[in-house]
Amino acid sequence: MSNIPNDLKYTESHEWIRTEPDGTLTIGITDHAQDALGDLVFIELPAVGKTLAAQENCVVLESVKAASDAYAPVAGEIVAVNSPLTDAPEALNSAPYESWLFKMKPSAGASTAGLLDAKAYAASVGEA
Amino acid sequence: MLLRTPLFEAHQRMGAKLVDFGGWEMPLHYGSQIDEHHAVRRHAGMFDVSHMRAVEVEGTGAAAFLRHALANNIDKLATPGRALYSCMLNANGGVIDDLIVYFLGATHYRLVVNAGTAEKDIAWLEAVRTKGGFDIELTPRNDVAMIAVQGPQARRIVGMLLPNAAERIATMKPFHSIAVGDRFVACTGYTGEDGFEIIVPIKNAVGFWDELHKAGVSPCGLGARDTLRLEAGMNLYGQDMNETTTPLESGLAWTVEMKTARDFIGREALTTKSLTQQMVGLVLNAPGVLRAHQVIHAAKGTGEITSGSFAPTLSQSIALARLPIGVAVGDTVQAEVRGKLLDCRVVKIPFVRNGQPLI
Repeated sequence: MSNIPNDLKYTESHEWIRTEPDGTLTIGITDHAQDALGDLVFIELPAVGKTLAAQENCVVLESVKAASDAYAPVAGEIVAVNSPLTDAPEALNSAPYESWLFKMKPSAGASTAGLLDAKAYAASVGEA
Repeated sequence: MLLRTPLFEAHQRMGAKLVDFGGWEMPLHYGSQIDEHHAVRRHAGMFDVSHMRAVEVEGTGAAAFLRHALANNIDKLATPGRALYSCMLNANGGVIDDLIVYFLGATHYRLVVNAGTAEKDIAWLEAVRTKGGFDIELTPRNDVAMIAVQGPQARRIVGMLLPNAAERIATMKPFHSIAVGDRFVACTGYTGEDGFEIIVPIKNAVGFWDELHKAGVSPCGLGARDTLRLEAGMNLYGQDMNETTTPLESGLAWTVEMKTARDFIGREALTTKSLTQQMVGLVLNAPGVLRAHQVIHAAKGTGEITSGSFAPTLSQSIALARLPIGVAVGDTVQAEVRGKLLDCRVVKIPFVRNGQPLI
């Protein structure tokens, strides 16, 4: 059973999303995702200021085993990236909910209403 | 239903993540494949290789049979106990499998072949026997387990656990083997480190595995096995070579013995076909990870990565690639990685030996 904190939102593509008090979103990958990928060895983060459509891929994640992407959960602009992670990708394995990938400011009208809660995400990965 | 080795429950008990590997339910890792990789380079690790198949070749025709069936020459095996790496080829020179052959006596050899190819190999060997009228019997062993113990501390620990053979183990050279009671200890492996591959009766498998663990040997899965063998520049059958590629195109010319007039299957094809491709090592100069099937662009033409990964010992990505003849060590070539062209340096294989980077 993987760790799925109740206070976060999720996507079917295994990102977790935290809504900050100022309305920005902090995004990372779930414990289930890091476990499936195995030891991470390379991360490529997007440029700050980049505008993304919902579900657009914006992060390259490579483990010893496979290459994968992380996606923007909603449309918006990248306002920060967790640059130190590129030198310590293994932090995504050891602390997936502390190792955020990027922060974004949702576009006007972009809604997080379609994101999954912890229970729905657990069901989507067969852990309900 | 996947096949399981006698060590399956031990793997579960040690927290293995299990995957389907050619029909066998095998450990991928027991937590971190990178930690397991480093354990083998720096101390000692153990692998369950019981899915591989030992096949006894016995009879007055054993030597003549293997001289004909294998691309390497078993006449190199001067004394009982010696071992030899060889490919087994089809008439086109394609690789049916790669294996290790052990010389146990004038009329007795033992083959250890890959798991996924074992049934195919046995059928092929039976056909070669029938066609050539060789007086031999082939006996696949289903009563044994195999454990590889690898790393700079492997020799000390295996010697400690087999005290009756401690002296012989301490001085055993690579590609030598000894029988220790009902166990068979060979100084061979698939990691580029010192170590042993040990055949034990099924009833002793879990006990021996647990003793090794108590002695400080880390259980290691297929993930670490793959990065270790890649750093050591060793081919994986089915990935770096198969029935459509020859040993000469696979970096294995050194294993094909053609100095004698010996008539072995595939020889004619190897001598008549013109060679257009070669196996080289690649090191990625940029961040990113090389993967199998990525296209390589060189001045002499294009080729393909056959195995690629992140190399934990080197902290960068490396690969084996099949490229046109003429590409040389020191050249810069480009790999297509996720829509980008990244520069790679062509290097001599292997990348790592006995814990030391060679590039």
